[in-house]
Amino acid sequence: MKHELIIKYKKGWMPINFKELWSFRELLYFLAWRDIKVKYKQTVLGAAWAILQPFITMIVFSILFGKLAKVPSDGIPYPIFVYAGLLPWNYFSSALSNSGNSLVASSNLITKVYFPRLIIPASASLSSLLDFFIASIILIGMMFFYHFTPNTLGIVMIPVLVSLTFIVAVGCGLWLSALNVEYRDFQYVIPFLVQIWMFVTPVIYPVTLFPEKYRWLLSLNPMAGIIEAFRAATLGHQPINWDLLFISSGAGFLIFFTGLLYFRRVERSFADVI
Amino acid sequence: MSIISVENLSKQYHIGTKLPYRTFRETLMNVITSPAKWFKSNGLRENNTIWALKDVSFEVKQGEVLGIIGHNGAGKTTLLKILSRVTEPTEGEVRIRGRVGSLLEVGTGFHPELTGRENIFLNGAILGMRKEEIKRKFDEIVAFAEIEKFLDTPVKRYSSGMYVRLAFAVAAHLDPEILIVDEVLAVGDAQFQKKCLGKMGDVGKEGRTVLFVSHNMTALKSLCNRAIWIDKGHIINDGESEAVVANYLHETAKVVIEQNWDDNNNAPGNEKVRLLKARLAPDNKGMDSIITVETPLNVEFVFRNFLPEASLNYSMHLYTMDGICVLNSGSPVFTAKREKIKGICRIPANFLNAETYRVKIMMVQDASVPLYDHNDALIFDVNDIEREGNWYGKWAGVVRPKLDWQVETDNNNAEKS
Repeated sequence: MKHELIIKYKKGWMPINFKELWSFRELLYFLAWRDIKVKYKQTVLGAAWAILQPFITMIVFSILFGKLAKVPSDGIPYPIFVYAGLLPWNYFSSALSNSGNSLVASSNLITKVYFPRLIIPASASLSSLLDFFIASIILIGMMFFYHFTPNTLGIVMIPVLVSLTFIVAVGCGLWLSALNVEYRDFQYVIPFLVQIWMFVTPVIYPVTLFPEKYRWLLSLNPMAGIIEAFRAATLGHQPINWDLLFISSGAGFLIFFTGLLYFRRVERSFADVI
Repeated sequence: MSIISVENLSKQYHIGTKLPYRTFRETLMNVITSPAKWFKSNGLRENNTIWALKDVSFEVKQGEVLGIIGHNGAGKTTLLKILSRVTEPTEGEVRIRGRVGSLLEVGTGFHPELTGRENIFLNGAILGMRKEEIKRKFDEIVAFAEIEKFLDTPVKRYSSGMYVRLAFAVAAHLDPEILIVDEVLAVGDAQFQKKCLGKMGDVGKEGRTVLFVSHNMTALKSLCNRAIWIDKGHIINDGESEAVVANYLHETAKVVIEQNWDDNNNAPGNEKVRLLKARLAPDNKGMDSIITVETPLNVEFVFRNFLPEASLNYSMHLYTMDGICVLNSGSPVFTAKREKIKGICRIPANFLNAETYRVKIMMVQDASVPLYDHNDALIFDVNDIEREGNWYGKWAGVVRPKLDWQVETDNNNAEKS
């Protein structure tokens, strides 16, 4: 007996169909590959942008916040301090905006062909990862220059932290992209959100800038714990703040799972409203 | 046993709102102004809905090639979208036993910046093919599309013919058990259309099932053994394709020589242009109003343009009732402000055959971007006249122009010399 597919109206919350997602894994790869190809084909400098943009930002921030405003930097040189924060932050912010806009940008696919819609925001977050790897070259160079070596635990933690960033970015992307389909207002929310979010995340300043009493508030921001841990893991200048990372990861997973639930609930009407 | 069974399938759409999507403000306002109503009805009012499909039931057996016909907006595409799982039905259910490949549009997901080679892989993956499978069929796809020389050229440099050939080639090599195809043959040149039809015929012969929507009745009759005619969301007729097509043509060949719409947002069109009037005026110089092959015709279209300053042109397609395109004629490009535009196209006498013709009118921007097209803006009969000679059969051809002939016989030459 062949597999029988039943198409009918389904009500309420939908479970996640892992088997189907697995069978479409190649599409995830192809869509991310398309985004990368197209991005680098249309630019003259191509991959150099992935280095130039964070590098120049690092220089500007070092002058403004490091030299002029004298923002503390955990006792290490400000340029490497800020770059080790900018690197994961840039990945997060570009993954978030790409996936937040991904469904509307793929409306021609959504109205014409079936595949699990989750693949669209997920692949959009995945494609930004290449820029992250290219930009890491600068960090490695700076680590040689300033004589920083990560410890073994740090090296083990880096892929974990990158995966966590991916999960938070996809989680936000699921919420924003699905809301964007129905309410186009969210295309204006996304850049604004990214901008504000950076200031409440310890990218250009250390967590210690916050008074001890209010630090738990900061840890509710999933990116706060992740970025602080990423910096500690790569530079090894201080131990990873596990409490902070733990609460932040919890908040991140909460965003991810609620995003997944919301997305699954509304995805069936995407083709009709987009 | 049937491979597809459709039972009491219905699909409701919400219309009447200005935008297809809601803005957050609207929802907020709804919640604030009438919270009770919003929660009860989920913000939707019954009178703003339309049934695109209503209680549609049919079965398709393995190996059947089923044609689906009907006017624009009859529900054909909605049906195909439900069968290909793009949208969910509101009521009823469908049971499908086999892998479905659907082609609702040619070249879905093609990216203009990517090369032909890259797009084959991307498009294949979007349509549900594995990378291995695409690699295996790659040469076959390229050969079918006849684009060997342009494999590494970005598809934005392709001619529209090449683009369509490549897109169809990928889809044609999908090898599904059930193939769903929507009107893809409306594009492409005649030779390639023939090739695509041949490929689809092969698919049918291999024992696979095909569902096929088309306005090309000739293609439909030759491909399909069975047809379904849908109108206003209901199945009107289901049976042998010859008979269903004949019924459909008979029923729908109502002559429309003038249509007027009120100058407001309900006129057909969109926020850029709206069609206000379509009229066919026989230029009989006061004689009777019957249109014959010897009657010159004035075809008039009035549009309302909403674009601030746009260079536009009319483009008119003429079709026979079988869906064969007789001609496509474009007006010169003109500049229009926000105003009414009237365009008249003259079809000379002794040009059309004794047939029923349909007119599609299109407004085009910058000689390349279609802003709006309206099918069946006019439908008219051209009658035959009494001919010389003693043959009264149907004159062959979609047109019947009077052409100049020069005739010489050996006989004449012999006399002169």
